[in-house]
Amino acid sequence: MVASRGNNSNPARIPGLGLRVLVLILISIVLMYFDQRENHLDGIRRAVGAAVYPVRIVVDAPVRFWGWLARSTTSRKELELELGRLQAERLLTNARLQRLTALEAENARFRALLDARTRVRDEVRVAEIMAVDANPYEHNLVIDIGRRDGVYDGQAIVDADGVVGQVIKTGVMTAQAVLISDADHALPVEVNRNGLRTIAVGTGEIDRLDLPFLPNNADIRVGDVLVTSGLGGAFPAGYPVAVVNLVTRIPQEPFADVSATPAAALDQVREVMLIWSAPPVTEEAPDE
Amino acid sequence: MSRDRTSRRLPVIITLLVGLMLTIMPLPASAEPFRPNWLALLLIFWAMQLPRTWSVGSAWMVGIVLDVSYGTLLGQHALALAVIVFATVRFHLLMRVFPLLQLGATIFALLALYQFILFWINGVAGVSAPSINYWAPVITGTIVWPFLYIFLSGVRYRARSGA
Repeated sequence: MVASRGNNSNPARIPGLGLRVLVLILISIVLMYFDQRENHLDGIRRAVGAAVYPVRIVVDAPVRFWGWLARSTTSRKELELELGRLQAERLLTNARLQRLTALEAENARFRALLDARTRVRDEVRVAEIMAVDANPYEHNLVIDIGRRDGVYDGQAIVDADGVVGQVIKTGVMTAQAVLISDADHALPVEVNRNGLRTIAVGTGEIDRLDLPFLPNNADIRVGDVLVTSGLGGAFPAGYPVAVVNLVTRIPQEPFADVSATPAAALDQVREVMLIWSAPPVTEEAPDE
Repeated sequence: MSRDRTSRRLPVIITLLVGLMLTIMPLPASAEPFRPNWLALLLIFWAMQLPRTWSVGSAWMVGIVLDVSYGTLLGQHALALAVIVFATVRFHLLMRVFPLLQLGATIFALLALYQFILFWINGVAGVSAPSINYWAPVITGTIVWPFLYIFLSGVRYRARSGA
């Protein structure tokens, strides 16, 4: 530090300031260059991230506390009502699940007949979203499990209704994910009704995805369900992504104007599931 | 001496920690784009008041923390903060005697410079261009500045008399 701290020895000049800022700018540029090109800086990122972890916990605490308070002050009657509702729901879900098991077995048999390999079931794990905002200009979220639990970059994240996003940065105990609505995110989908393949691009709005690459004569209507096609390799196939809510065909334009509403409640989820998908299954049948 | 120094620095460190919390605290999506750049404002204030202790180096380190918690390019916020704090320290004596309106204009210019540097680095790195809302923190930051200034001055004098 500078020895003369008082206001008596020409306080306007702070020696070496220009040099210091120049050096810092150079260091920043070098850091950014390496960060952009390669992942050499993951170590630094993780170290600083671990230092910031307590701050994240503190910011998350009030929300967590509020949730706990709300849970612990609900009346017995409300709890009973909730229990009844959940039991009814469970009964319904179980009934559907039974049919699903039968269908799955049937599907496996058909696939065996066709000589294609059976799809392996994906492994999932529930993670909680931390109430911290990663970046205001991107649709990001932070989850409370990280590299320690086997989370990896590019991992798919879904909730009960559909695809939420994918992991982009993994810390030791937390991971950052990008939502499918982020303006920089695109994901390969297919129309569930007819298998039409296209790409769903995020718009930066939380409740809208764009499908910019569909020609005017494409067979798509309002209400069509889009599911992941599994072609990009990041997302396993068959998870619902969005429902088409607007199709505008303008004759002189080459592409139709199609947008869709994400199936998952992107701004309301509190718990998500991470998918450890099985290694890609080759669908090619062997020689006849 | 070192105890004196610690007691002098502690209030500043606490304000910076609170600033970091305000920065990563979740807001409703509609209010999100209008969140002021708390850390930039705090660093400008402390660089104006105590330029020999809180200068470009500390701003740079805060920037690295910000880069990690935002997941942006490592060095992006660090560079932007170092530059605006450099400008602040360079002109801190002038800024201390500026009338309120002129100081407000200076803060506006510094925040705009900060956003512009981030914007420019994004452009070079190929991150897609954000909407017009991107510039909103410059305005909200200028609006909260007088209140922050009064509050932080209070913190500063209390800390000094307490020490």
